[in-house]
Amino acid sequence: MSRLPEVLESLRESGRKAVIPYVVAGDPTEALTVPLLQALVASGADVLEVGVPFSDPMSEGPTIQKGHERALAGGTSLRSTLAIITEFRKHNQETPIVLMGYANPLERLGYAAIADMCANAGVDGLITVDLPPEEVEAMNRELQRVDIDNIFLISPTTSDARVATITAQASGFIYYVALKGVTGAGHLDTAAVESHLSLIREHTDLPIAVGFGIKDGDTAGTVAKCSDAVVVGSALVDCIADAAASGLDYENVIEVGAKLISEIRSGVNLATSQL
Amino acid sequence: MSVEMSPNKYAQVPDEHGRFGVYGGKFVAETLMSALSELEALYRSLKDDAAFQAEFDADLAHYVGRPSPLYEAARWSDMIGGGRIFLKREDLNHTGAHKVNNTIGQALLAKHMGKKRVIAETGAGQHGVASATVAARLGLECHVFMGEEDVKRQALNVYRMKLLGAEVIPVTSGSKTLKDAMNEALRDWVTYVDNTFYIIGTVAGPHPYPMLVRDFQSVIGREARAQSLAMTGKLPDALVACVGGGSNAIGLFHPFLADETVAMYGVEAGGKGVDTGEHAAPLSAGIPGVLHGNRTYLMQDENGQIMHTHSVSAGLDYPGVGPEHSWLKDIGRVNYVSATDTEALAAFHRVTRVEGIMPALETAHALAYAEKLAATMTPDQHIIINLSGRGDKDILTVASIDGIELGIE
Ligand SMILES: Cc1ncc(COP(=O)(O)O)c(C=O)c1O
Repeated sequence: MSRLPEVLESLRESGRKAVIPYVVAGDPTEALTVPLLQALVASGADVLEVGVPFSDPMSEGPTIQKGHERALAGGTSLRSTLAIITEFRKHNQETPIVLMGYANPLERLGYAAIADMCANAGVDGLITVDLPPEEVEAMNRELQRVDIDNIFLISPTTSDARVATITAQASGFIYYVALKGVTGAGHLDTAAVESHLSLIREHTDLPIAVGFGIKDGDTAGTVAKCSDAVVVGSALVDCIADAAASGLDYENVIEVGAKLISEIRSGVNLATSQL
Repeated sequence: MSVEMSPNKYAQVPDEHGRFGVYGGKFVAETLMSALSELEALYRSLKDDAAFQAEFDADLAHYVGRPSPLYEAARWSDMIGGGRIFLKREDLNHTGAHKVNNTIGQALLAKHMGKKRVIAETGAGQHGVASATVAARLGLECHVFMGEEDVKRQALNVYRMKLLGAEVIPVTSGSKTLKDAMNEALRDWVTYVDNTFYIIGTVAGPHPYPMLVRDFQSVIGREARAQSLAMTGKLPDALVACVGGGSNAIGLFHPFLADETVAMYGVEAGGKGVDTGEHAAPLSAGIPGVLHGNRTYLMQDENGQIMHTHSVSAGLDYPGVGPEHSWLKDIGRVNYVSATDTEALAAFHRVTRVEGIMPALETAHALAYAEKLAATMTPDQHIIINLSGRGDKDILTVASIDGIELGIE
């Protein structure tokens, strides 16, 4: 049963904007992921987004691609990602977890089996980048059977008519991809994000998370003003990778990631405290 | 036997969702969905538009040099003994391969959409060259993504693209070959989707690409069908083509699909042998899955990760295949077989020496299988092989395999 609706609703009631960090399962090593996720929650993350390593991550920029490559080199797959989540759930039953990945690993294991495995592991939502509304129906049916949310993406190129069809099928939250491009790219046009979000809100009351292009407390704060949640991916993957590459031990690597999320949390709180 | 084409199930695919049976579809990120719909709507409106077709046909006639000849390889046939062998000479097209039929068509679409920038992925470099060529002719900015491995083994084509004014971007991610070049092209397209047309080089990718590339390449089969009737008074008994993504094969096969008497063989890259795991033969040894926007047979492991491929020919070194081929395999209409690196190289040398035609290494895979097939046939039967491209680009590769030092980099 997805934790997303209840958790996001209570955040909304309390006026708190959600911070959603993204990490790749098994990056830089499998042993690090569970303690890292725990530290991110302790630093102010409200929802966790866990990337499932894939050989051909077509929507990722170079930073997250390398994260996928490191995780694959360590042998992390969809099955072991779910084992990581199972382990995390032994100590945390509250924080919603959303898996973000690509269609082929789901196809390989089978939609029905995957839905059951996700439910058993304690996954709350699934974002599958290359399963747009036209292709996601079969997967979504299985997810609905086990009460897991399929999270739909809306992008700057999504027409108003498509927004209507997407929001009609959506649950959990809407993931707004803030820029045309891959993860970690470019410069965010916050005015454009704001105006697009208000168009989306004409169709839905679901919370809207904004991702792609949020790098620090400032950008997170600005985006949080008009959204319900901010997703921080490349910046986090990058600083963890740098820390690991510089030879820091696990605790310190985790500390570096946790510090970034604390900064984002403060940036978001500061920017939204007056709303 | 009727030689007229009749409405048939092969003309009904893909359906409105871009499906060939369970294969195909539009498995891409949301950001690209509107660009694909726009392309599909434009293509559907132009497909049967007489002016567009006339423009396309005129370019094929005057710029590409079509129709390409159907040539009887009599000496080679005699050596093998068995069926007669005809070669559909796509190597004689401008730029030296079948790829240009498609780039001419897609460039016309880009022009109709008012896009000023085109991108392409390439393996052997033939599609990159064909894209750079049409871009030069139309004054479009052209960026070609090419795996770093392929940049090395197809150095001549890299320089050709640069001379034509294209920028060649070496791709260093993953296996550094065609699959990764396609990932990178998709990443570029998602970023510059407003001003960029993505010229996909084969019958893969998301709908509508497998359909429109097939339609543009089908000129090969339409000509071959008429030429066969004119030269032999009958349809061929068998068609043979190499299969990388599958565009030259579908181009030859498609206009014959409803002709039940015509057997068809798609030849995949067997690399070091299909049982060694080092090959690029998804239809022979793969499992259906989703990659690069469509559902199709893929070389993948038990976790759904795409596997590295191996082939002596860069243009076949791809872990997937066009979705229509996956469907044609499942319904049993086309036989998919393979030829190893060694068999392809032997056929390359043999046809070069016996017919004075130097084929591309991709094409050599089709030749290698056709030799075996012809030997089982009788002299009243005939085969058409798609001679998809010429081998000049592969001379350095062949020399280095043969241990010959040419004294050029
Ligand atoms: C001469 C030639 N033949 C065949 C191919 C394989 O592509 P396809 O299977 O799409 O025809 C290539 C690709 O680069 C090529 O250059």
